[in-house]
Amino acid sequence: MKIIETKQLTKRFGDFTAVKGIDFSVEKGEIFGFLGPNGAGKTTTINMLTGLAKPTSGSITIANEDGIKNIKKVQQLIGIVPDESNLYDDMSGFDNLTFCAALYGMEKSKREARAKHLLELFNLADTGKRPFKAYSKGMKRKLTIAAGIIHEPEILFLDEPTTGIDVESARQIRKLIHSLNKKGTTIFLTTHYIEEAERLCHRIGFIVEGRIVKIGETNELLQEAQRENTVEFSLDESAAFLAPSLIKDFPKVSVKTVGEHTLRIISEEKVDLMPFMNFFDERGISVREARIIHPSLEEIFVRITGIEAGKMKKEKEGKRK
Amino acid sequence: MKKRLAFYSILMKDMKNYYLKPPNISWGIIFPVAWTLMFFLRTGSPVDIREILPGVMSMSVLFGTTSMLAVTITFERKSRSFERLLLAPISLNLLMLAKTTGAIIFGVINAFVPVLFASFWIDFSGVAWGTMVLSIMLIAVTSTFLGLFISVSVSEVFEAQTFSNFIRFPMIFLCGLFIPIQALPIVLRPLSYLLPLTYGADILKNSINGNGLISPWLSLLVLLGFSFGLFLTSTHNIKKKWIY
Repeated sequence: MKIIETKQLTKRFGDFTAVKGIDFSVEKGEIFGFLGPNGAGKTTTINMLTGLAKPTSGSITIANEDGIKNIKKVQQLIGIVPDESNLYDDMSGFDNLTFCAALYGMEKSKREARAKHLLELFNLADTGKRPFKAYSKGMKRKLTIAAGIIHEPEILFLDEPTTGIDVESARQIRKLIHSLNKKGTTIFLTTHYIEEAERLCHRIGFIVEGRIVKIGETNELLQEAQRENTVEFSLDESAAFLAPSLIKDFPKVSVKTVGEHTLRIISEEKVDLMPFMNFFDERGISVREARIIHPSLEEIFVRITGIEAGKMKKEKEGKRK
Repeated sequence: MKKRLAFYSILMKDMKNYYLKPPNISWGIIFPVAWTLMFFLRTGSPVDIREILPGVMSMSVLFGTTSMLAVTITFERKSRSFERLLLAPISLNLLMLAKTTGAIIFGVINAFVPVLFASFWIDFSGVAWGTMVLSIMLIAVTSTFLGLFISVSVSEVFEAQTFSNFIRFPMIFLCGLFIPIQALPIVLRPLSYLLPLTYGADILKNSINGNGLISPWLSLLVLLGFSFGLFLTSTHNIKKKWIY
């Protein structure tokens, strides 16, 4: 059952079109990853889905409600964790949570019990009375997520939940996302950590320059990429000049240079190592290592977006600092 | 019930986070006290104190409300915590009413600081207390919505303060608080009637000294008009600028 559906969703800012008529849907109970390079239109899309931006055209349906006309009704059903921890600095963790619960009309006894439960769940019970500004980055992130789910939303929008925090906190947050989803919460996730999306998401949509260029189940996307066979050769000499001769001798494969001494042979058929070993041997080049590469989601991302995921991650973290 | 709860929570959060903070309490008390003492000590006679009381009260409300709004709206907008409120399932009108009610209450309390001081020197016999309270509330509402309009028009707290001063200081001289409008150069008088504080101060003068120049009913209508106009323009601007 579709819980989020967009049709021809478009957002223009003057002459610039940030989101160009995108169609996609999210199934109830799944973790949907929304990936793309910086400026691709991810945050604008989330803002339109949550009511912080008005679409120029197109439609949004969330839990069978018109997500544009009845946005206030929809907001009762959704939880939002923005890319920045934006709770109130001078209020304690506990007060922040109960305040957020009150915005959704939760009664005092219920919201206090829920806040206590979430502080315990997120390992923040000891620091519940401390002001938010005294929290570490990881603690702030966890409390912001707790604030997003205080009213037990059906759908949770998570914008970069683990960016810029320590490894342990990130691990705990991923665990929490997984457990929330197990309890039935649909999760719409954007992240710059491709391996995080690969590990968590049931389905993934890639957005590039305001258009969805690929969408599918994570396993299917990986299988599709794994249909290609890739063997990586590490050589003791510069690899770049060998590529033209390799393509000439082995017309059915494609060759990619990865770094100064490394080549990748990509083929639709299984790669037989011997002819390549002979090729290098004939030219007096020693092969230090030859290994089969299993394409990861990161490689699919690079292939689709043309952007190195690591570079994008650094850019995003740099921006935060 | 749910809406009332959200309204009350936003109001209480602002009270606790901003209005009841020592710097703001001191601003709320010291500022009117300073104005009050400055004028009262200078005028000396009880009659004069009663004459300038409406002006001092109006000024206390105007400065108290507009300054606080610059903090509660612009600062939250800058720190992005305002987004949290925009994403809550409550209407924008209710949200903005909740955000401004604290400033209105703060303004009304500010107005009574000069009254408290004046009570040591003057006799309040003949004061129409009901009309006075009503006029203070109207000045507080209009000034708060003026502060809201300013806060929505800028993006930094210092910009809000600067913009406010461009409006507030001319109002001291143009709205008949201390200089009667008839004593102003003829070219400036039409400007006086374009400013809401002229009407608020006039009802206040009527209630304290019975010497207002404008019909209280007309002033009431004009103030209500300004309040609605400023509030609706501000929410329209929020929809346009912040829910882009």
